[in-house]
Amino acid sequence: MSRPILEARGVTKQFGGFTALDGVELAIGPGERVGLIGPNGSGKSTFVNCLTGALTPEKGAIHFLNEDVTALPAWQRARRGLVRSFQIPRPFKKLSVIENVQVPLRFALSEPPPTGIDRRAMDILDSIGLDAKANWAPKDLSQVELRKLELGRALAANPRLLIADEAMAGLSDSEVDEIVALLERLNGEGIAVILIEHIMRAVMRFSQRIVVLVAGRKIADGDPAEVMRHEDVERAYLGQ
Amino acid sequence: MTALSPSLSPPARRLPKPFSWPVLVAGLAIVAVEMTLGAQVSEYYLLLAYIILQYVVLSTGWNILGGYAGYVNFGTAGFFAVGCYTTIALEKLAAVPLPLAILAAGVVAGLIGLGTGYLTLRLRGVFFSIATLALAVVLQTLIVNWSFVGGSRGAYVMRPDAIAPFASYVQYLLVVMTVLAMVAVLAAIAIERSWIGMGLAAIRDDELAAEASGVPGLRLKLLATTLCGAFMGMAGAPFPYFITYVDPPSAFSLAIAVNAIAMPLIGGTATWWGPVLGAVLLGFTQQVLTVTISSAANLLIVGILLVVFVTVAPTGVVGITRAWRGRRA
Repeated sequence: MSRPILEARGVTKQFGGFTALDGVELAIGPGERVGLIGPNGSGKSTFVNCLTGALTPEKGAIHFLNEDVTALPAWQRARRGLVRSFQIPRPFKKLSVIENVQVPLRFALSEPPPTGIDRRAMDILDSIGLDAKANWAPKDLSQVELRKLELGRALAANPRLLIADEAMAGLSDSEVDEIVALLERLNGEGIAVILIEHIMRAVMRFSQRIVVLVAGRKIADGDPAEVMRHEDVERAYLGQ
Repeated sequence: MTALSPSLSPPARRLPKPFSWPVLVAGLAIVAVEMTLGAQVSEYYLLLAYIILQYVVLSTGWNILGGYAGYVNFGTAGFFAVGCYTTIALEKLAAVPLPLAILAAGVVAGLIGLGTGYLTLRLRGVFFSIATLALAVVLQTLIVNWSFVGGSRGAYVMRPDAIAPFASYVQYLLVVMTVLAMVAVLAAIAIERSWIGMGLAAIRDDELAAEASGVPGLRLKLLATTLCGAFMGMAGAPFPYFITYVDPPSAFSLAIAVNAIAMPLIGGTATWWGPVLGAVLLGFTQQVLTVTISSAANLLIVGILLVVFVTVAPTGVVGITRAWRGRRA
């Protein structure tokens, strides 16, 4: 693997006496597609929150593009290209669909897009199939459209690494395929993607590498087929 | 931000220009009317207009933080009183012109807003609101025990003689408050229509998602608390000359605290004209009630209206108007 763009070194997060993450290590290379899986409560979302700045780990360090970002707030990490989407879509409800995309275009980019913010916002909406609904309120969108808007907003921040936190939860099979295809297209543009997901069909199709968290610890990291045959993974994650 | 409606035609979305010439022209026109008619009408009408414009400044200032950013400030009376007592302190030190006292009050109250923001903005929701209420209590305690500005017994302020070209000092106060209201509204429009307004709107809707989109939450909120405090303080600066006797109960009045929240909520917090409309409607109604029924009744009516709007029409008159327009379209 070429030099990683993201390195998590011994990330430990505690809530009171409960250790949610225990010395988690992870390295992501440029343009890599990584699936992060684990049972409910394994610490996946906590890990994402630590990576993106919503939480501060008690121990460990996070390096992104050769810079220690452990102490940086979430918005500064987003500006460096460390971008996330949320498990439950969190649109800006009183802003229109296009304004939702304009927010990261105005705030997360170091300089305005060459084509201008309005044009770039429309291009992004076009790429996720929401261009015809640019002026709609988020409340009028379907669940899959909200997921797409979530990804579109992340895309607008010009990510080097996109962390998609359960971007397919609650979607039908065809809708899951739509989101996977969208993520593959983004990855094709050189964006590294960490996919956190319970839908194993999607994880297996998308990921070049799979990382497994169980009870706040990384128990496996490697080729998807090998990881799924890993004894601990089968026992802890698949319940076999 | 614009009204949202399902539409199949992709719009070329552009924010309107941040500077509003119509508001500037309207403000100057009001000043011209005040200069023309000020000497010919009863002073009561000048005082009535002054109170309404004072509330325009207060509710517009409140809305920058409470409406645009979604942080409800219960400490309005504290910031207003800081403005009052800045003028009183300056009056005792030197004969400072009113515009200078207003600027000084804006700086002092703005700095208090900045400090309050820095200390409390990690709090969210009701906890932030309680902290601002506590700030007002702390400020009142300080003023009550500061004898230089009159302490608990209050302070008399001599209203200066009329300044040319004004027929009376009350007319001068009215014109000053009109200009201040115009500046506050222009500032609110500039914020609302700029990237700052978009960032504040994102914070209001979802702070975590806003930060994940690169919005510098704390910085924008500090800007909002500073401007909110500054405008409220500036609204209070001419008050000692208006009332001529200021004591802590009048400066830290419950009516000011309630009105500054009620007016934007009743008018609508999403746009600059909601607080203006709320201030005009509610301020006028209160004055009519004060004259026709009693001064105690007006606050009761405000309370009832506030309950009705919060439960039945939380988007205020602005929201009702938009919904009505949407149905007609």
